[in-house]
Amino acid sequence: MMKPNRPVGLVGYGAYIPRYRIAAKEIARLWTDGQGGVPVSAKSVPGPDEDTITMAIEAARNALARAELDGERLGAVWVGSESHPYSVKPSGGIVAEAIGASPWVSSADFEFACKAGSEAFTAAMALVGSGMAEYAMAIGADTAQSRPSDALEYTASAGAGAMIIGPAEQALATIDATVSYVSDTPDFFRRADRPYPVHGNRFTGEPAYFHQITSAAQRLLDDLGKGPQDFTYAIFHQPNAKFPQTVAKRLGFTDAQIAPGMLSPQIGNTYSGAAMAGLCATLDVAQPGETIFVTTYGSGAGSDAYALTVTEQLLAARARAPLTSAYLQRQVFVDYAIYAKWMGKLVMG
Amino acid sequence: MSNIYLVGAAATPVGEHYARSLADLASEAVRAAFAPLSALPLDRVGGLYVANALAENLASQGQLGAYLATSVGLHGVPALRVEAAGASGGVAVQQAAQAIAAGQCEIAVVLGVEKLTDRLEGEVEAALALQSDGEAQAIHGLTLTAQWALLMRRYMHVYGYPAEAFAPFPVNAHTNAAKNPQALYRFGINADKYRKAGQIASPLNMLDCSSLADGAACLVLVNEALARELPGPHLRIAATAVATDTPNIAARPDPLDLSACRTSAQVALERAHLSLSDVHVFEVSDPHGITAALALEALGCYPRGEAPRHAADGAITPTGHTPIATAGGYKARGDIGGASGIYQMVELARQLRGEAGPTQVANARIALAQSLGGLAATAATCVLIADS
Amino acid sequence: MEVARHWRQRGTRYRLEGQRNTRTGAIRFPAQPPALGEEPSEWESIRLSGRGTLYSFSVIRQAPDGFEGLVPYPVALVQLEEGPLVTAQLTDCAEADLSIGIAVEMVTRHLLDTGEDNVLVYGYKFRPCLM
Repeated sequence: MMKPNRPVGLVGYGAYIPRYRIAAKEIARLWTDGQGGVPVSAKSVPGPDEDTITMAIEAARNALARAELDGERLGAVWVGSESHPYSVKPSGGIVAEAIGASPWVSSADFEFACKAGSEAFTAAMALVGSGMAEYAMAIGADTAQSRPSDALEYTASAGAGAMIIGPAEQALATIDATVSYVSDTPDFFRRADRPYPVHGNRFTGEPAYFHQITSAAQRLLDDLGKGPQDFTYAIFHQPNAKFPQTVAKRLGFTDAQIAPGMLSPQIGNTYSGAAMAGLCATLDVAQPGETIFVTTYGSGAGSDAYALTVTEQLLAARARAPLTSAYLQRQVFVDYAIYAKWMGKLVMG
Repeated sequence: MSNIYLVGAAATPVGEHYARSLADLASEAVRAAFAPLSALPLDRVGGLYVANALAENLASQGQLGAYLATSVGLHGVPALRVEAAGASGGVAVQQAAQAIAAGQCEIAVVLGVEKLTDRLEGEVEAALALQSDGEAQAIHGLTLTAQWALLMRRYMHVYGYPAEAFAPFPVNAHTNAAKNPQALYRFGINADKYRKAGQIASPLNMLDCSSLADGAACLVLVNEALARELPGPHLRIAATAVATDTPNIAARPDPLDLSACRTSAQVALERAHLSLSDVHVFEVSDPHGITAALALEALGCYPRGEAPRHAADGAITPTGHTPIATAGGYKARGDIGGASGIYQMVELARQLRGEAGPTQVANARIALAQSLGGLAATAATCVLIADS
Repeated sequence: MEVARHWRQRGTRYRLEGQRNTRTGAIRFPAQPPALGEEPSEWESIRLSGRGTLYSFSVIRQAPDGFEGLVPYPVALVQLEEGPLVTAQLTDCAEADLSIGIAVEMVTRHLLDTGEDNVLVYGYKFRPCLM
């Protein structure tokens, strides 16, 4: 269990989900003649002018609005993603510039598949917890790629979550402790310069997702001397609808505990944004004194687990930026042709 | 200021001249303008003013003064290119007139030429967009057409018009162009076709958008002494005036007020000691109905918000109070970019000489041409009078 | 490639930085160099809120090079709450969602595609308000 020297918490949070959706059955229409099940009902689709950086910027602005902070107060802006628009040139620099955090700010990009954002989150806890910075922003954002017809195509989606870590006394929710668990597990990867990732199919389950998450989550519960019943809510990384439900049940959490943060059935897997947007959705409904248990997962592989406690200050902050539900409700469905056009899958010549 | 006369005016047909170059078109227009002027001593041409807006981007040629002076056979004469987007022609006329007025030359040649059809639509749109503000508009993908569309929708909102209220402008332009053998579109349209036309940049539809095409037009300006040696009627350039405004429509206090258009016309009329009601025939920039409407209102022909109503009553036809586009206007004669202002002058010369045939405005003696650059960031006005 | 051009616009494009006249309080966007007769200190930089209303709009179907992949796309004149008008693209909306006077807000998006070996160009667009 890792705890900072001085208590820290979330002083601001913000989600972003694009306006567009494609129904899983629309994707199934192309590849399976509509036969068989689909892992989610729909996934979010980035608009033609969106990428990880633009989504990160909006999530970051929402977080700053809730924190009532100017960007220049941030000591760090870190962006976690597996779809940074540049291979070389930091997303973080552009985001920092856009939100007014530059030039006196630490910034970098993180990559750890779907837990790149939570890696930044843990680092931000450390930066603030050590006293090196008053506030630090961690963003998880992705416009996930998927090869046409691949199983990932049903779920690989787009979204972002931004968290501002600051002193616990200003927190909307205190972060009580964290655990990180990492092993070399090749369940999913994308080699440099390749457009689409590949995955180990059923290998992505037991040795990868389930093993890492249960290891990190159980360790944090044990170290805290708590059980699932001690938390009001829980969020697990959500690559589809089934995995988080299954892992929650194995750890002893109920469907009710994970319900507020379960976004994947509606928007698919937003990768680095998934657990963070789920946390945003949970904070949108949580009440002072309630507790939140979060476990992220990134292929490759590893998990970070966090325990949070909501404070009174959340109530006033919540309405200062759009709720996650506002982004969910504005959904506009597109067909596969529009999806292909926007995702660069049409050869324009 | 000593008097300046327009003694030669001719143009090539407006069209998709795929087989012809910038120099070919220029040569034809210059030869045609000089054809009836064999008495003029060519060695006294003291300046060539080339009106062109887009040659670097669309015709792959720079330094048009020297290039075209040589091409048309005016070897060695002082020559320069005048660029003020769609107002290039009007500004070039002023430059030439001022050179004669200052006694710097006896004969000045104004050559408007544009070669646009070598490039595809997307390149043309991108080049035109730079005539507004490159940073405020072009980088955001706003075309010139879309900016006129923004003004049109605002105008409709403020004054309570439907889009079809602008149909009389292109209908008049096409009706007149059908009778002009040099026009790009020699066919009529009607309000029903206007209503059904596909959108280019809503609410502007295909029948309310000019088409850019190739062409060249040439004017020969001389001092009074030389003009008196030629047979009449003598067309006197009574005044020219140029005014400017910010190319960024968003930075204007009232985007529906084309202030450069208004100022340039007022100054030109004052310099000519005339009032607007003295003018018998007009050439205005009319790539879209909204452009003509805003220009006529800025000129003072109609109170603000009333131009479409008067156009619907026939005021802009050759028999109306404010005839415009008698050769087809930008919409149907064709939009020749920086040469359009010279085409305007060629048409007004025809009108004042009584040579305009089926679109002749009866007893036209005083004419006003106004060409606009971009969203009327430059306005160049010229008043032309047939001396009795 | 216009690396320097895009770079020097970052304040305008990313943060909607305009200017306020220190004497009259007038606000303008984008920033301008000092005019003849003005002291350079007369205008100070300010960040505009990005909130405004739709002054007019159009949907472009015939696009310049660089925007062909976006057609049809809406553009607008937006009246910012601080006063200035600004031209920009609208995003996340259909033509049927638009009417003069509706509330809009700034977002940061891709402005255009300048090719794979070129810099990504980001800047302001507006959308109907989410909240």
